Amino acid sequence: MLVLPILVPLCTGAVLVLTPKRPAPQRWISLTGSLLLLVSAVLVFLRVNAAGVQVLQISGWPAPFGITLVADLLAAILVVAVGVVGTAVAVVAFSGIDPRREAFGYHPLMQILLMGVAGAFLTGDFFNLYVWFEVMLVASFVLLALNRTRAQMGAAFKYVTMNLLASSIFLTALGLLYGTTGTLNMAALERVWPTLSSSGLDTVLAVLFLIAFSIKAGLFPLFFWLPASYPTPPAPIGAAFAGLLTKVGVYALIRVFTLLFHGASPTLFGLLLAMSVATMVIGLVAALQERDFRRVLSFNLVGHIGYTTASLSLLTPAALAGAIFYVVHHIVVITNLYLVSGVLLRLRRTTDMAGLGGMYRDQPVFAALAMVPIFSLAGVPPLSGFLGKLAILEGAFAAGAYWVGGAVLVVGLLTLLSMARTWADSFWAPAATRDLAVAGTPLLVVIAALSLLTVAMTLGAEPLFELASRSAQQLLNREEYVRAVLGDPH
Amino acid sequence: MEGLLALASGVLYAAGIYLMLRRRLAQLIIGIGLLSNGTNLLIFTAGGLTRAQPPVVPEGALALAEPYADPVPQALVLTAIVIGFGLLAFSLVLAHRVHDTVGSDDIDDVGREQ
Repeated sequence: MLVLPILVPLCTGAVLVLTPKRPAPQRWISLTGSLLLLVSAVLVFLRVNAAGVQVLQISGWPAPFGITLVADLLAAILVVAVGVVGTAVAVVAFSGIDPRREAFGYHPLMQILLMGVAGAFLTGDFFNLYVWFEVMLVASFVLLALNRTRAQMGAAFKYVTMNLLASSIFLTALGLLYGTTGTLNMAALERVWPTLSSSGLDTVLAVLFLIAFSIKAGLFPLFFWLPASYPTPPAPIGAAFAGLLTKVGVYALIRVFTLLFHGASPTLFGLLLAMSVATMVIGLVAALQERDFRRVLSFNLVGHIGYTTASLSLLTPAALAGAIFYVVHHIVVITNLYLVSGVLLRLRRTTDMAGLGGMYRDQPVFAALAMVPIFSLAGVPPLSGFLGKLAILEGAFAAGAYWVGGAVLVVGLLTLLSMARTWADSFWAPAATRDLAVAGTPLLVVIAALSLLTVAMTLGAEPLFELASRSAQQLLNREEYVRAVLGDPH
Repeated sequence: MEGLLALASGVLYAAGIYLMLRRRLAQLIIGIGLLSNGTNLLIFTAGGLTRAQPPVVPEGALALAEPYADPVPQALVLTAIVIGFGLLAFSLVLAHRVHDTVGSDDIDDVGREQ
């Protein structure tokens, strides 16, 4: 059953390649596939929630010899998020996307992207993680580069180069790791990792992993490719990238720091913490000087990644639970905001705030819907963004990291400022131009659904936070994960 | 032998990163290629070199006798070569299209907004 979230998008992608390249059948197949992915992800989640860590040894090869798929609570939660984002993006396609992209395989590529992300969350083997990274990257490269405008070409090239560099660094770490330990299975590595510390190789490997995953997650000083490339593709692609791709980097960081580096030197955690705080501050300061809706979002995306990794570097149950809650909140909200930017682009042919304004008067329904993600990201009580920040703050103070708490508060204020200004300029300010087109109903339906999901996460914050806490406990205890994969020690 | 391969891999890394820092697209692509080959060589060398001892169970025996070459790094390298080759081909096509669109192979011109 664990293989379903990977198999379903693969089959959907294969069917999509074979069906005629007309929009209607492609869209329906893609929607069906995404819904099936969501259902299978929810089934995996329910199973993990009820029965603990689930393991699948591919072809029956016992770990650590074969490839292992593992779903713990964190992986299961994130796979459900993949299903949600995939379904949202599939519905958005109904309100029309760039015909050139649609004709050149937008739908199958999106399914392959979802497969890569789901695979990265579910794998229990580092080399397999590398392969899923590549699957996801190749799909995203082509999605980004399908159009020939100058801005998109430049963006695609920066994105490709940085990610290839990250992959090479990751692969280097894997080569050294296999040469030293003789395994790349995550659970088996948890057992042998402490023996590496005598040679000092553990620090080298940890830093290589940190650099590779930081490039993917977009941490300072390695994030500059992200604001250069994410604002250029059309809204559904931007939404899928922003919602899922950087989160894979964050997930990989959470996995290696909780499973392997828990006993590493404090310098490593200090490094991650310093990088995260710098990411938060610089991301939001940069967001404040931007005047384009999508660029503001990109810098907010970068800044908020810093929240989760700063929490991770404290490595206490409360802080980690806050980080997990925040990741889930952020996936829903940032995906929604990129779709909002798509509506703005459609209405006014620009996302520069100089050309926006007047939305509150002209499009009251859309404005009301967009209000939820904008103010949730800003952290206005009682929305989910406020609750996530509160959880991270409590975690930081409980861990005695008062200056981290202070940074979270200051950056929270900057986010509020950035989002409030975005809201005022795009929705309240007098309209600069008239609307040039109408927003498609499917797009608005998806924005409404995701806004509703944000409200639901606010109302259901108690059980959700309890889930995040259990997931954090599971990550920190490690023993359940290792035992599930390797079996009981003899 | 290990020393020689380690040196070769180090030279490939250095040359790859140097070329990736250059401004011309073609040099950047060659840099990516060298870097990925340096990585492949590193995995192969770090996995341990055993010459002329294939991991094949001899006839009549039930298990492998030491020493034998570890097949896993070879499988890893093979996968990495295939992926690296595909990505290199993609980057070449992308660079070609960038050149068509921008009309220059200088990275600074690619990054410049119109």
